[in-house]
Amino acid sequence: MFESLDATILARIQFAFTVSFHIVFPAFTIGLASWLVVLEWRWLRTGNPVYAEVYRMWVKIFAVTFGMGVVSGVVLSFQFGTNWSVFSDRVGSVLGPLLGYEVLTAFFLEASFLGVMLFGWNRVSPKMHFAATVIVASGTLISAFWILSANSWMHTPAGFRVAEDGLMFPTDWIAVIFNPSFPYRFVHMVTAAYLTTAFTVAGIGAYYLFRQRHVKHARVMFGMAMIMAIFVAPMQLLFGDLHGLNTLAHQPAKVAAMEGLWQTGRGVPLILFGWPDEAAETTRYALEIPKLTSLILTHDPDGEVKGLKEWPRTERPPVAWVFWSFRIMVGLGMLMIATGVIAIVLYLKKRLFDTRWFQYACMALTPAGFIAVLAGWFVTEIGRQPYMVYNVLRTADSVSPVQAAPIAISLAAFLVVYTFVFGAGSYYILRLIGKGPEAQEDPYGSHGIHTPPIVTDLVSEKGGQRV
Amino acid sequence: MFSFESFIDLPLIWFLLIATAILLYILLDGFDLGVGILFPFAPSERCRDRMMNSIAPFWDGNETWLVLGGGGLFAAFPLAYSILMPALYIPVIIMLLGLVFRGVAFEFRFKAADWTRRIWDYAFHAGSLTAAFMQGAVIGAVVQGVTVEGRTFVGGAFDWLDAYSVMTGVAVVFGYALLGATWLVMKTEDETQQWARMCAAYALGYVGLFLAIVSISMPVMNPDIRALWFGLPNFYFLAPIPIASLILIVLIWRDLYRGHEIRPFLMSVGIFLTAYLGLGISLWPYVVPFEVTFREAAAAPTSQSLLLVGTVVLLPLVLAYTAYCYYLFRGKASHESAY
Ligand code: HDD
Ligand code: HEM
Ligand code: HEM
Repeated sequence: MFESLDATILARIQFAFTVSFHIVFPAFTIGLASWLVVLEWRWLRTGNPVYAEVYRMWVKIFAVTFGMGVVSGVVLSFQFGTNWSVFSDRVGSVLGPLLGYEVLTAFFLEASFLGVMLFGWNRVSPKMHFAATVIVASGTLISAFWILSANSWMHTPAGFRVAEDGLMFPTDWIAVIFNPSFPYRFVHMVTAAYLTTAFTVAGIGAYYLFRQRHVKHARVMFGMAMIMAIFVAPMQLLFGDLHGLNTLAHQPAKVAAMEGLWQTGRGVPLILFGWPDEAAETTRYALEIPKLTSLILTHDPDGEVKGLKEWPRTERPPVAWVFWSFRIMVGLGMLMIATGVIAIVLYLKKRLFDTRWFQYACMALTPAGFIAVLAGWFVTEIGRQPYMVYNVLRTADSVSPVQAAPIAISLAAFLVVYTFVFGAGSYYILRLIGKGPEAQEDPYGSHGIHTPPIVTDLVSEKGGQRV
Repeated sequence: MFSFESFIDLPLIWFLLIATAILLYILLDGFDLGVGILFPFAPSERCRDRMMNSIAPFWDGNETWLVLGGGGLFAAFPLAYSILMPALYIPVIIMLLGLVFRGVAFEFRFKAADWTRRIWDYAFHAGSLTAAFMQGAVIGAVVQGVTVEGRTFVGGAFDWLDAYSVMTGVAVVFGYALLGATWLVMKTEDETQQWARMCAAYALGYVGLFLAIVSISMPVMNPDIRALWFGLPNFYFLAPIPIASLILIVLIWRDLYRGHEIRPFLMSVGIFLTAYLGLGISLWPYVVPFEVTFREAAAAPTSQSLLLVGTVVLLPLVLAYTAYCYYLFRGKASHESAY
């Protein structure tokens, strides 16, 4: 039954599935946590209950998302060993400490203070509660720092040596952690997470505005999200461009695949759309803008750019995936920038909160960030094939000595379980959105555990209603 | 590139650190998995709400010790990680799927006001049960040894599964149930507490039984372990360990009937400590029994050094704020909604 699929392909599909599933949640929680900090800060500063109510609505969504992020992440941390044991053995000395630091500096912080953030309302002072929110938000960023450092090292390995038996040993930690592509990837990913959150919040704010429900709250959501779209979306274009230049320097084959470029040349056009044909080594039906690729990549309309034919077939990534994913990401990025521009125009016309068609557009863009994030990761990860550690360790040589059948079955199990869990999670989130923000007498009101007698007060006895 | 290789015994320190992380995981996630194992048997819906509330603020932090154990193994003993994970592929994946179900159940259950709540009650139970059983099976499989050639696992996909690992799986389920039940004795009152006492007593009987089976079977199966425990003078040094377990079992039994609230939990932790210590002594100095010692599996000294610096600074901090969280949520859990 599984003869046609070897263990390597299955392990790749399985890993790609679980990691893609995971990133959906961090992409949202990283941004959401930071936004919750802003909301709580505004609330503590102004005392305006609207902020508190918006906070309380979103913290519930945050909790559901975070829970799914945690469980899918725990799966991943074991998959390095289950799927890529040879890789783990070879790079353990280099990447191990980075992941270890991630656990020690980020995961414990997030996990512990999430409890305070969700259940601590009336056991800690408002200041301490705010501190917990800040700590959780920093935890998500610290976590991104380490994991992206590890991931970037696999793309642009530095500061190590390879011993005779293929084991890799670190020679310079600073070079390992701050490897050449890391700063770009970190900035680009964190910005991506912020945009993802902004567009989700914008979509839901737009929905309330459209329905004329919770208008006060919706204006806060929509307004703050639009500020992000106006300022951050254009920055992402800049960061992405810099990231691409960095990739050109270290992984030119990936860039050639992104551009669908086969023939090395000068004054290379930008292919807007087309169909990369790997067998014929050409991009069919290409719609081109003359000289633009040379201009973007070399800042010279006649600069030279390498094409895929420079590399033997076995050294090339799967072109169509990289090519199309890249277009999806950049296309969505452009839509985000356009949203920001329209928002400015509408704001100046004083129509930002009541233009129907714009609300439609924003609702349609609700999932844009998630799709762009996944597309971006597909560009990055598929573009580095056939290597797992670029130019050092091939994917085919990294795989565990596990037979195809168990991997195939576990892949099926992941598909079923994740679909079910994700479906249920989405359903509960949609219900929370349907319910919307609620007025509450005292935001620091209810929790599930009685404080012991010494600090028992009336509020803690009162309890709250089920959410 | 700095390294403490010449001052201290890095592999040994890391061996002890990882062992501690795994122990903390077993103890901490043990009680919340245990609560999940007992979950559907609770006498009322209110009880279940209380049980859930008593662990809701902690489970995530508890599970992070598993990530530290796994991640720490990868960092400090990559060779062991890369042999054990493929060898334990099936139980590890099933355990992870179990953890997925129970992890999301915390949030989903509170959000599900309708009939779907039932689904999450059972997901929570089934997930906890599966995860606990698979952890036990992993222990049972590992103590019997792993087939290794060179630097890779060369055994089959089902090497881990036999009567012995099934037995240890069941043993861990009862062990966690004991931790969970005594935790509930400590954190709940009235009806829930009474029921938890009963569960604890019940689980305790089984724990005693399984401890006896394991303590007898290990030396019987493996001559090295037999020589280690029964050779002189070791016998005199090691005998206190099983004796301590025995005393603890008797004491817990007494306490449960006398109405103590906190001591049964602490002493159940004590039982786990003695069992863990016994296991550790039997397997010393292997990380992959009986093929790879912790010295052979160690990562480069500079890697172990780098992470050690962080651990020395951060681990006490982690322990401190973990303690703070437990302190913050002290007292009895109520059935009222979460947040
Ligand atoms: C850019 C961000 C990012 C990326 C690329 C990844 N993660 Fe992640 N991860 C997070 C950002 C994050 C986070 C924001 O810190 C999470 C998400 C939601 C959450 O609960 O914490 C998290 C949770 C999380 C957890 C649970 C932590 C806990 O117990 O609290 C683990 C074990 C991992 N991740 C492991 C991984 C691995 C092995 C990855 C790569 C293959 C990975 N993550 C990619
Ligand atoms: C979180 C967002 C990420 C997504 C969506 C993602 C996506 C993917 C995809 C689609 C593949 C399969 C590529 C192929 O086989 O053709 C892959 C492979 C892989 N990725 Fe990522 N990745 C992400 C982050 C990471 C991070 C942070 C790491 C490591 C620290 C990582 C490590 C790997 C490894 C080890 C493989 C398998 C080897 C390979 O196929 O090259 N990934 N990822
Ligand atoms: C607007 C124009 C954009 C450009 C020019 C751009 C450019 C790039 C490039 C060149 C890469 C591949 C880097 C590599 O692997 O070497 C990349 C990756 C990625 N992009 Fe974009 N991007 C843009 C917009 C976006 C948007 C809007 C999002 C999400 C909201 C996004 C999310 C990502 C992610 C998550 C990755 C993978 C992680 C990484 O390598 O940084 N990008 N982007």
